[in-house]
Amino acid sequence: MSSNLNLLIGIAMGLNLVALASGRLPSLIRAAAMQGVVIGVLPLLMHSEFHWLVAAVSAGTVVVKGFVIPSLLQRALRAAHIDREMEPLIGFIPSLLLGAAASIGAIGFAGALPLRPEHAGVLLVPGAFATVVCGFLLLMGRTKAISQVCGYLLLENGIFLFGLLLIRSTPLIVEAGILLDLTVAVFVIGIIVDRIQREFDTLDTRKLTALRE
Amino acid sequence: MSLFIDTVLRLAGWLLLAPLIPGVINKVKAWVAGRRGPPVFQLYYDLAKLWRKGVVLSHVVSPMHVAGVAVGWVALVGAAMLLPLGEGGLAFRGDAILFVYLLAVARFCTALAALDTGSAFEGMGAAREVSYAVLAEVAVITGLVALAVESGSLSLSTMLTPSPGAGVALLGAGLFIVLLAENCRVPFDDPNTHLELTMVHEVMVLDHSGPPLAAVLHGASLKLLIFSVLLAEAVLPLGAMPAWAAAAALAGAVLAIAIGVGLVESFLARFAFRRVPLLLTTAFLLCLFALLTAWKGSEFGVTESSVAERGAPAAEPFFGWRP
Repeated sequence: MSSNLNLLIGIAMGLNLVALASGRLPSLIRAAAMQGVVIGVLPLLMHSEFHWLVAAVSAGTVVVKGFVIPSLLQRALRAAHIDREMEPLIGFIPSLLLGAAASIGAIGFAGALPLRPEHAGVLLVPGAFATVVCGFLLLMGRTKAISQVCGYLLLENGIFLFGLLLIRSTPLIVEAGILLDLTVAVFVIGIIVDRIQREFDTLDTRKLTALRE
Repeated sequence: MSLFIDTVLRLAGWLLLAPLIPGVINKVKAWVAGRRGPPVFQLYYDLAKLWRKGVVLSHVVSPMHVAGVAVGWVALVGAAMLLPLGEGGLAFRGDAILFVYLLAVARFCTALAALDTGSAFEGMGAAREVSYAVLAEVAVITGLVALAVESGSLSLSTMLTPSPGAGVALLGAGLFIVLLAENCRVPFDDPNTHLELTMVHEVMVLDHSGPPLAAVLHGASLKLLIFSVLLAEAVLPLGAMPAWAAAAALAGAVLAIAIGVGLVESFLARFAFRRVPLLLTTAFLLCLFALLTAWKGSEFGVTESSVAERGAPAAEPFFGWRP
């Protein structure tokens, strides 16, 4: 069971790198959605006996992160009629190498942490670190608003991986609140995307540096 | 005496079977396109024809033009002889390093022979060939290091006995991309193109003719066979099978790789030059993560029982490195 868990977290860490290397917005959104589905399945694998709280968290995460948010983003993409190519501030190869270095560094770093014995053999903590760093890299290194949302999603996925360590003691209401916040944030970004698009004919966040009445 | 016969048989096998692989690839491409295609043995006919022809040499070339081709071909044959096929054969500690260097020598000599003509096109082709190789070689070496770490040995005959796991899949994918890059197959180079500006490997040999060109073509097919066998042996646990099953599995795997290359060439367009480094970096990272699973896999690929065996770490310093 632990090796299945590690395989899925490994796939999620691979999807980080796919997200960093993808040059087009739809493939980035797809990578983030797939990662959402993969980490949504994880809570079911962590405990052998069935528990309704765990199942609810898992189902909610898969539905919201794997389907609702990506479809919102794709709608925003279609509505805005924007160029699908990304213009990276940090090039694809440097960001890919940075992401890989972060993944390897996270595994080394997690080995140095005083983890509980039942958490020492799983990739949860290194996966969480790596996903957070890759999310930050996407947030910093891409200029389009939608790719920054995907970076934010990756960041949240990493925090979710951390949260899995404590899933038994986290109330369902907290998980539901996080998913709701995430959806609202994506809504807000969708509206921002629409506004930027009407104002500037582009989604480049570099043009949003000056305030004007 | 039996060692001598064994070596001669291996050599004959490598040399005679190599031109079959491009034939299979071309046949697969023809089938996918709905054509009949050239016969599978076409390269044998081409080589025989070229061998009978005379050599036309430019009057500006030095002896390096022909010697480079010859040295490159011999280096490739040497690299092929280092790959283990069943029991016996050449095997010594560190032959993996010699293998990598022989492949590098072959490339260096081909590039040198191309540069020797002084043609702008051939210089350009050589420059592209070596700039792809810089990235592909890193991936090959990382893959071999992954195998070495996993088996704890530097000899190809013991390194190429993989244990199943996630690392093998990563390594196989990485080495397949390297195979395509090193042999100038489609996402990197189109072997059928005839536009000098876009050719990579083919443009390097434009000024060769007759027997030297035959050596170049045969060397290229031999290199394809070397990488196919390397990939097959790095992925399949051949050492655990009986000899006849291992031979059948190896032959089947090499055939499958040739068909795979043919399918990739049929369904994929060639990548733009600026996208090639990204793909090669991906191959490098795949091999790097295979290395990581070989190195850390015992820590994380473990079952729960062995985690329990290790037990709770006793009073460790915060942030202290665990040995």
